Amino acid sequence: MSIVTVTNLKKTYGDFSAVDGINFSIEQGEIFGFLGPNGAGKTSTINMMIGLSRPTQGEIIIDGIDARRQIKKAQAIMGIVPDESNLYNEMDGFENLCFCASLYGMRKEEREPKARQLLEQFQLKEAGKRPFKAYSKGMRRKLTIAAAIIHSPRILFLDEPTTGIDVESARQIRELILKLKEQGTTVFITTHYIEDAERICDRLAFIVGGKIVANGTVNELMESASHGHAIRLVTDINSENLAADLQARFTSSTVEITRDHALVLRSAERIPLLPVMEYFDHNGIAVYEARELRRCLGR
Amino acid sequence: MQLIRSPGGSLLELLPGLIAMSVLFGTTSMLAVTITFERSGRSFDRLLLAPISVSTMVLAKITGAIVFGIFNAFVPVIFAAFFVNLGAVNWGVMLLAVLLIAITSTLLGLLIAVSAKQVFEAQTFSNFFRFPMLFLCGLFVPLSSLPVFVRPVSFLLPLTYGTDILNGAIAGANLLSPMLCYGVLLAFAAGLFLVCLHNINRKWIL
Repeated sequence: MSIVTVTNLKKTYGDFSAVDGINFSIEQGEIFGFLGPNGAGKTSTINMMIGLSRPTQGEIIIDGIDARRQIKKAQAIMGIVPDESNLYNEMDGFENLCFCASLYGMRKEEREPKARQLLEQFQLKEAGKRPFKAYSKGMRRKLTIAAAIIHSPRILFLDEPTTGIDVESARQIRELILKLKEQGTTVFITTHYIEDAERICDRLAFIVGGKIVANGTVNELMESASHGHAIRLVTDINSENLAADLQARFTSSTVEITRDHALVLRSAERIPLLPVMEYFDHNGIAVYEARELRRCLGR
Repeated sequence: MQLIRSPGGSLLELLPGLIAMSVLFGTTSMLAVTITFERSGRSFDRLLLAPISVSTMVLAKITGAIVFGIFNAFVPVIFAAFFVNLGAVNWGVMLLAVLLIAITSTLLGLLIAVSAKQVFEAQTFSNFFRFPMLFLCGLFVPLSSLPVFVRPVSFLLPLTYGTDILNGAIAGANLLSPMLCYGVLLAFAAGLFLVCLHNINRKWIL
């Protein structure tokens, strides 16, 4: 069941089309990735969906609410993490969380325990008493996510959540997003990191020049992005002769030797490992590593 | 300084001007600078993204500035109380005038906040409004002494009406009927609020 439906959405600035008639839908409880290079139209799209910008044309339905006409009603079920943290520098972490909760009508007895729980969950308990301006970039991003979910939104919008932060913080944020999905939150995430999209998204849309050029599940997109399958083998004798012999034996595959002297068998069909291993065993060749190469959207 | 230079003058005559200036500077600065600061730091976006209507949010913001302006108004009054007898002051009329000056000045500050992108712009715009207003509203130069061609401009300024009520309530020297002045100030407040809301919807949500 779709929680978000975007139909023929357009945003123009003078003659320039930032978003050019895009269509997509987001299923309840999924992580939907919006992928594209810088300037592709990701932030323009998210800004129209959350109410920071007015669409030139098109329709946005969020949980049955027409977001163009009733944006305040739609905002009540949204959590929003912008590309730059927008909490108050002078307030400490706890005060920022409580203030954000109060914007959604949460009472003091409700928001204070929730703020403490989130600070602990996001490993910011110690930092909770420090002013926001003293936080590192990763901590700022985590607190901004905590502020966005304090009112338990049905859908969370994240704009480039892992951009510009260290690897460990990025990993923690990805884990947090996956945990939110487990709890039933729908997540819309924009990113220009293919790795992030592959790791956490259920479905993806690629946007380039304001238009969606591909849309589907991660597996569907990987199928169309890569041609065929491959296995990588590390043996004790990776020679040109062995490669030629393998090629003659497995005619439906192509065999190549990589720079690090591993053998790679490529085929349009999935390659069964057993005949390959039997070949090596029969020829007395030791195999130290045999694995299917993961197809990657970036390739 | 004014008293030193004009030994014959009374502090009571200066008080309306001091009150009006305190309210004007306090309120316009507060709203113009704080909102511009919040917008440039993007924390204002958080308010725009909350499920609170823009008019409610604007009302909350201006209420804070109005209260601040009213407190500012009483700083010169408290000091004056040590030097002159304030027994003849019509406090009810004065309070209502202070409230209306605070409302219109706050909305002028909001109008500036909507137009400015940086804090320095907000400060420059504020002075651009405030100083001509101070000289044209009858605070320093009585309206009757202003050149004839300038006088119509004075009557287009909300502070002129506020100052006139204060002059009447404190020194008994008003030109216009207080009821007329209240009406004009209310009309200014309503008009400015609508203009601000229109500009906010146009400029803050692109």
